[in-house]
Amino acid sequence: MTSLTEKFGRDDWARFTLRQRMTRYAALLGCGIILAWALTSIEVIWPWVWSAPEQIGDLFGRMYPPDPRNLASILSVLWDTVNIATFATAFAVLLSLPVAYISAQNTTPNRATLWLGRLILVTSRSVNTIIWALLFVAIFGPGIVAGIIAIMFRSIGFIGKLLGEAIEEIDKRPVEALEATGASRFKVIIYAIVPQVMPTFWAVAILRWDINLRESTVLGLVGAGGIGIVLQGAIDTFNWPEVATILLAIIVLVIIGEVISAFLRRRIL
Amino acid sequence: MSPPRDTWKKPPLIANPTLRWAVYLSAIAYFGWVSLSMPIDWNRVAEGIGRAGKIFGGAFPPSFERSELLIDGFLESLKIAVLATAGGVLLSIPIAFMSASNMAPRPIFYLGRAIIIIARSFHPIIVAILFVKAVGFGPFAGVLTLIVYSIGFVAKMLAERIEEIDFGQVEAMRAAGAPYLSTLFYAIFPQIMPRQIGLTIYQLDSNLRASAIVGLVGAGGIGATLANAFGRYDYDFALAITIVIVGAILVSEAISGIIRKRIQ
Repeated sequence: MTSLTEKFGRDDWARFTLRQRMTRYAALLGCGIILAWALTSIEVIWPWVWSAPEQIGDLFGRMYPPDPRNLASILSVLWDTVNIATFATAFAVLLSLPVAYISAQNTTPNRATLWLGRLILVTSRSVNTIIWALLFVAIFGPGIVAGIIAIMFRSIGFIGKLLGEAIEEIDKRPVEALEATGASRFKVIIYAIVPQVMPTFWAVAILRWDINLRESTVLGLVGAGGIGIVLQGAIDTFNWPEVATILLAIIVLVIIGEVISAFLRRRIL
Repeated sequence: MSPPRDTWKKPPLIANPTLRWAVYLSAIAYFGWVSLSMPIDWNRVAEGIGRAGKIFGGAFPPSFERSELLIDGFLESLKIAVLATAGGVLLSIPIAFMSASNMAPRPIFYLGRAIIIIARSFHPIIVAILFVKAVGFGPFAGVLTLIVYSIGFVAKMLAERIEEIDFGQVEAMRAAGAPYLSTLFYAIFPQIMPRQIGLTIYQLDSNLRASAIVGLVGAGGIGATLANAFGRYDYDFALAITIVIVGAILVSEAISGIIRKRIQ
């Protein structure tokens, strides 16, 4: 029988070498220092922190029982919310197709268009929907249009990036085969590229619709339409039972959205 | 027998013709009907084109004059993101164990899943408004908000990882008579740790993004500065803030990408 000593030259066992352990301790120490810095320098009124559980409990206490009297108007703005998400996703999908085409390395016409495409994607993705909404509310005034355009601007980057990556990963043999037969550029796209990226296209569009549904519930808080406007109104008037109804409506909407997108994904992919 | 065809047509997306036309028609009906019935004030929208010129004219060049305000706001956002990530990840671990079907008994599993669904359903802005009302203005409301936001994502992904672990090691430890905690530390944690660290770094990145916007409703950070600048029509300062936010997000995305690549 071989003992540990004979096999490894030592009789204890450790998961990491000394060096690995030191790196791990150093990483932990670094995290600790950053945390301590954040914790000690953040401007927090500590008595408010200690009374927080009580205050939060109190808030929920005032929300119960939910008040369903305005349910009809809540449902009607909820429908607006769904429409904002759906329209914005549809427009974003259409607009992101050319952007994805020029930002994929293998289909872009030249370097200038490649960088233009990447610039569009980065700008669109790095600015949050709410910040886009602030801008478009200032431009188009409060309402659904600002909401649709804001969500559309944010979605173009998301869909365009994922779709562009899918185009970069295609099998290039069908493209070459079609080009060899003398097919036009348009036909190459329709018959060689589109069929290969179709599954990704649908998956990304459905995923983004699901995300947009969530985002469109808050657009109203900056005036861009949807259920957020009603929510803001109820909060501003301290009508907590109605706030509870609206929150429940949002949960139901999000869950339905998730069920629908899961169903579509299963059917299409 | 039908004559052989010499042309080829791309097969349609939906094979069943009835279903195909039903889907097309209902899509057209939906978009047509909704676009006609949406409450839109087209005159106001048309006015917007002129306004856009004015806003962009006012925004250029971006003004970094009040950079002190900008840096303070940004550091506060960073602190909010760090603390919320730490708190959120710590809370996510027990919740993830509760909502992993191979770890928890049924009632606890449903409780865990319910917590995750509720945390995921609400956009951080909504959670932020509620916390601002409950615990007052300032970064503390932001931290609480992003803790909820982190739980929704980290606990969900971690629970999925826990459900995928190799159970052989757990059984081996149990067969050797190891107590519950030892099984946890030596059989389960090593298997989920790489995912956990990757998730933490990813979440830090997305908390930084989210912390920039929770300030819009009074939960501290650079968002508050941005909302003020917008409210005062200080479009040049607002553009400067947006540029800083975008820059910070790009840097943090790059850093988190590098770290995650090195760990996995």
